[in-house]
Amino acid sequence: MATRGNKSQSGKGKQQPPKPPEPSADELQRYYRDMLLIRRFEERAGQLYGMGLIGGFCHLYIGQEAVVTGVQSLLTETDSVITAYRDHGHMLACGMDPKGVMAELTGRRGGYSKGKGGSMHMFSVEERFYGGHGIVGAPAPIGAGLAFAHRYRDDGGLCTCYIGDGAVNQGQFYESLNMAALWNLPVVYIIENNKYGMGTSVERASATTELHQRGRAFEVPGRAVDGMNVLSVREAGYEAVQHARNGNGPFILEMKTYRYRGHSMSDPAKYRSKEEVQKMREEHDPINQLRQRLLDDGVVTEDALKEVDREVKNVVTEAADFAQSSPEPDPAELYTDVLAEA
Amino acid sequence: MPIDVLMPALSPTMTEGKVARWQKQEGDTVAPGDVIAEVETDKATMEVEAVDEGTLGQILVPAGSENIPVNQPIARILEEGESPDALEQAPAAPEQGGDGPAPAAQEAPTEGAPAQPQPAPQQPAAPAAPQAATPAAGDPPMGETRVIAMREALRDALAEEMRRDDRVFAIGEEIGQYEGAYKVTQGLLAEFGERRVVDTPITEHAFTGLAVGAAFGGLMPVLEFMTFNFAMQAIDHIVNSAAKTRYMSGGQMASPIVFRGPNGPPPRVAAQHSQCYASWYMHVPGLKVVSPYSPGDAKGLLKAAIRDPNPVVFLEHELLYGNTGPVAEDPGYVLPLDRARVERAGDGVTLVAYSRAVQTALDAAEQLAHEGIEAEVINLRSLRPLDAGAITASVQKTNRVVSVEEGWPVAGVGAEIAAVVNERAFDWLDAPPARVAPADVPQPYAANLEQLAVPSAEDVADAARQVCYRA
Repeated sequence: MATRGNKSQSGKGKQQPPKPPEPSADELQRYYRDMLLIRRFEERAGQLYGMGLIGGFCHLYIGQEAVVTGVQSLLTETDSVITAYRDHGHMLACGMDPKGVMAELTGRRGGYSKGKGGSMHMFSVEERFYGGHGIVGAPAPIGAGLAFAHRYRDDGGLCTCYIGDGAVNQGQFYESLNMAALWNLPVVYIIENNKYGMGTSVERASATTELHQRGRAFEVPGRAVDGMNVLSVREAGYEAVQHARNGNGPFILEMKTYRYRGHSMSDPAKYRSKEEVQKMREEHDPINQLRQRLLDDGVVTEDALKEVDREVKNVVTEAADFAQSSPEPDPAELYTDVLAEA
Repeated sequence: MPIDVLMPALSPTMTEGKVARWQKQEGDTVAPGDVIAEVETDKATMEVEAVDEGTLGQILVPAGSENIPVNQPIARILEEGESPDALEQAPAAPEQGGDGPAPAAQEAPTEGAPAQPQPAPQQPAAPAAPQAATPAAGDPPMGETRVIAMREALRDALAEEMRRDDRVFAIGEEIGQYEGAYKVTQGLLAEFGERRVVDTPITEHAFTGLAVGAAFGGLMPVLEFMTFNFAMQAIDHIVNSAAKTRYMSGGQMASPIVFRGPNGPPPRVAAQHSQCYASWYMHVPGLKVVSPYSPGDAKGLLKAAIRDPNPVVFLEHELLYGNTGPVAEDPGYVLPLDRARVERAGDGVTLVAYSRAVQTALDAAEQLAHEGIEAEVINLRSLRPLDAGAITASVQKTNRVVSVEEGWPVAGVGAEIAAVVNERAFDWLDAPPARVAPADVPQPYAANLEQLAVPSAEDVADAARQVCYRA
């Protein structure tokens, strides 16, 4: 394995980072639509959970929509994606069918994993979405491995690996950064810092809270980003993706974001104030921010946005209907898919 | 009184070696730290340094001499002022290592400190006779064979599969430039280069996760754990990431990966380096678990494991690496991953074993034969899936069964075998199934305690006599 010789490309901030081309009106509307789809999907998932149709753990992405929407807008059809268990938004952003995702949440035959994976374990090889992992920190080396496979095949692809602020204190994250830097693997680590690892704030869990600097020991460049603004995400993501794709190794993006809901459905979120949540919703909501900008800049009309709202609502309703009408897995499925036939 | 220079043990398992050349000649002065000779083991050439000051008085073993037992005097050093006449006195007889294995001059690789070139010819304590080239039921014919050591058989399997499929690559600690802590990957870097023979940092948790990710991404990694003891750092990825993902994805995802390396107790490395993990991995749906005994099986099974679309845990044994046996030359020789092999036919008692314990069982069978008990020895080869049919068929013939393993007894492989026999052949049993396993303690270091801990052929023979009511 060729290791990197010099670190001249490690982005010390002296040069201006490359900027993406200005987003077109169509692109801006697509970001709005994609974020809204995640929001409405998650709200509906919360509702189905309350009705007892979704069981177990269910981690909603509400509030964080700009992160995955902005980053995924920069990828090509070769690139791969992996995340942990707050994963519904990532699947939708990867182009996976909302019906299949929702039906997996309800544990039905029509789900992406035929009902065997559930909320935290969904995959789509077709959309190059490699999970959906329930173990905090595990995606870090697996993402490096996906990047390794891109490099091995020399297909020009890269891996975007999403981890939470809680995962940055797992040892395997640093082991992964070391190998990714040593071997110049094309992986972008996106730390979705929503301020709380379950109920523990970053300040109470991390000796240093500038999480984008966690790669310094390996000279992995990092950047802190307003993760509530999809255009800031897109701009920073562009630098990171260019860096990795051009053979300069890993890059860390710390997305400063916020989840409006609890860690999971059963979390009363007593570790933070209602005012804190309210302030984020009112002043930093990613969807409202973009909506306002689209209107202010005259990109779209109010009516056009209402049409998007209607379309998204229909998609989510269809997904919810499908998730309830799709049958449960055949009992014979209990014993299938354990091993592949040799 | 001249000082004897003894043939050194250069690894925990070395019992003999070859004096390749002398760096000092008779009459040369030597000081502590001077290299006086080079000794070849079966996988490395090591320098032997003088410990004492003086003059090299006499070379007892000329360069090129092979099979010199550990502790045999190979030269004599005269101390300052000592006359060469002193050499008239014969050297002391070689010191025997008592009942224990050869004294260890150097440690086995230790997590974090494997940096010294590892010598170690992995000679078995009691060299096994080459296994017969008889195919087991369900095995393909071996065709042309060549007698080689297990480490070479494993290397050949890996090299052949890497030639056959570019997706196959090797990854692990010290497997490339160093050519493997146990020299299983000798020559691979030279043939395949750094793209496909990947030396990792000492970082089991993440390089295992990385290899699983590479498998998700369409590659077929063959991952070496320097020993399976270190895989405990990585077991989350073996179980949660590799084994469960096919099921969790409804059959969409695959992790075609081999986790291989030495497993079970080598001599004198004590508790943290001496554990058998067979039952741990056997417990996990989504894994296949394989543990070869003979070189011929090792090659055919490793090739099958590499080609298999599932994650396979491939448990080797340090003490078998040096064992020789006939190995198929045909690169198409691939064994099934669900078949046991009957190593010795008999109708008096069934001995079920895997890995090095097969040798223990075969040795016991020899003893029992003298007493008129013909033991049937079943070498499981694959532990998951377990060839329950082969065990059952044998027990229906012998009506008695003893399991033999080098893993702890509680919830061990023997417990599973006893359960299989109870479920499938209860009516044929003439005695309760018996288990032979190591003492239920962390592996001790002291030679005598260690010998008490690991099952011996005598232990197996005793258990067999018990179930035959001949004790």
